[in-house]
Amino acid sequence: MSLPRPSLTIAVTGLNATDNPAPGVGVIRSLRAEPSFGGRVVGLAYDALDSGLYSREIGLDAGFLIPYPSQGVEALRERLRAVHARTPLDVIIPTLDSELPAFIALEPELRSWGVHMFLPTRDQLELRSKARLGELGERAGLEVPAQRVLSDAGDVYRLGAELPYPLVVKGVFYGAAVVHGPDEAAAAFHATVARWGLPVIAQRFHAGEEYDVVAVGDGRGGMAGAVPMKKLLLSDKGKGWAGVAVKDPHLLEAARRFFTATSWRGPCELEILKTGEGRYLLIEVNPRFPAWCFLAAGAGQNLPWAVTRLALGEQPAPLTDFKAGTLFVRISLDQIASIEDLQSLATAGELLRAREGP
Amino acid sequence: MDTLQRLKDLAVSESGFVFDPHSGQTFSLNETGRAILEALKRGETVEQIVTDLRQGFEVEPGADLGRDVHEFLLLAREQGWPVPQVEAP
Repeated sequence: MSLPRPSLTIAVTGLNATDNPAPGVGVIRSLRAEPSFGGRVVGLAYDALDSGLYSREIGLDAGFLIPYPSQGVEALRERLRAVHARTPLDVIIPTLDSELPAFIALEPELRSWGVHMFLPTRDQLELRSKARLGELGERAGLEVPAQRVLSDAGDVYRLGAELPYPLVVKGVFYGAAVVHGPDEAAAAFHATVARWGLPVIAQRFHAGEEYDVVAVGDGRGGMAGAVPMKKLLLSDKGKGWAGVAVKDPHLLEAARRFFTATSWRGPCELEILKTGEGRYLLIEVNPRFPAWCFLAAGAGQNLPWAVTRLALGEQPAPLTDFKAGTLFVRISLDQIASIEDLQSLATAGELLRAREGP
Repeated sequence: MDTLQRLKDLAVSESGFVFDPHSGQTFSLNETGRAILEALKRGETVEQIVTDLRQGFEVEPGADLGRDVHEFLLLAREQGWPVPQVEAP
């Protein structure tokens, strides 16, 4: 049972809902689907054309531009201070990997302002980094693919027999390319460094079915909720365009083990590969909600709302049930917006909307 | 999880559309395939399934129903469907 929260104001980042969407819109749709929540939602965006800012469906009460993570913690602090002065916030749900270090650094200060978050600690964030997947697997008792961390292009020619081709070359935050030989791997290494910087990870490729689990850790080693999903359709960028909630107990057990081993605090997405021989390999852990998290709410587990309650210091009962077979099918559509909205965002960095109705 | 439970968990519609809630796989079955699956969910043997099919469907004289059921199980297994291992007839 959740107490009614008519006056709560929740800010959400990651509103760039392209064909490789950020998770913010899914998080906000989940919050809006919670019957006991009648409060305000504020969008924190990096660009005046981030499409979630213009969505009437998610009913943003306000949108504010915030500085890119590359501008550092200080710039974010000052911008959040200004946003909080304009629209007092109760909770922030960051949704992007690259912004998490800055939000984690600011968490104590934001709490002193009365703004709450439910994020992993810096140590937890580091432990689940792609470069330390082997250590995480060992600690959690989960099988992971063999991998090596590459720090220069010459490393790809020294991989040897321990990592036979094909391999997956991965960026530290995003991006993955399957390569079939050293030259291809070197090219992928340079492309990845140019986009995401070092380190780069070379991971053994395994064929199989990919599953993703959206889950929330309660920060004490427990699982506040989890919904596994199988992708049914991929975009040309390899992103899930349709998926179905599934109830494979191995996937839920993997999430449980991850939380037990790390005492993870907050949302995450586990990417798990089931091989033809029935092995389950943890491929990576993303430290935030996935873009498809609204599926979990549709299937019966409103995980963004669970995170909101945890951020406020409540201890919601773990969500254990959901309806397997619930589908999501993504859609692209053109939103109509006014030039005044763009003007407000581009010049003042904010968009305030009057609430409709009584 | 035992095979029979996984089979029982399969959601089968009247039109023969099957959803496996463990794997997310979907299948379309014709009327005969649906009858075989329902029999498997009841834990019937291949012999019992063949008897069921003879009673429930018009079967051409000389048709080798045992082989047909066996082929169905092989195809289902290839799809990752949790059906019991059977010896070739």
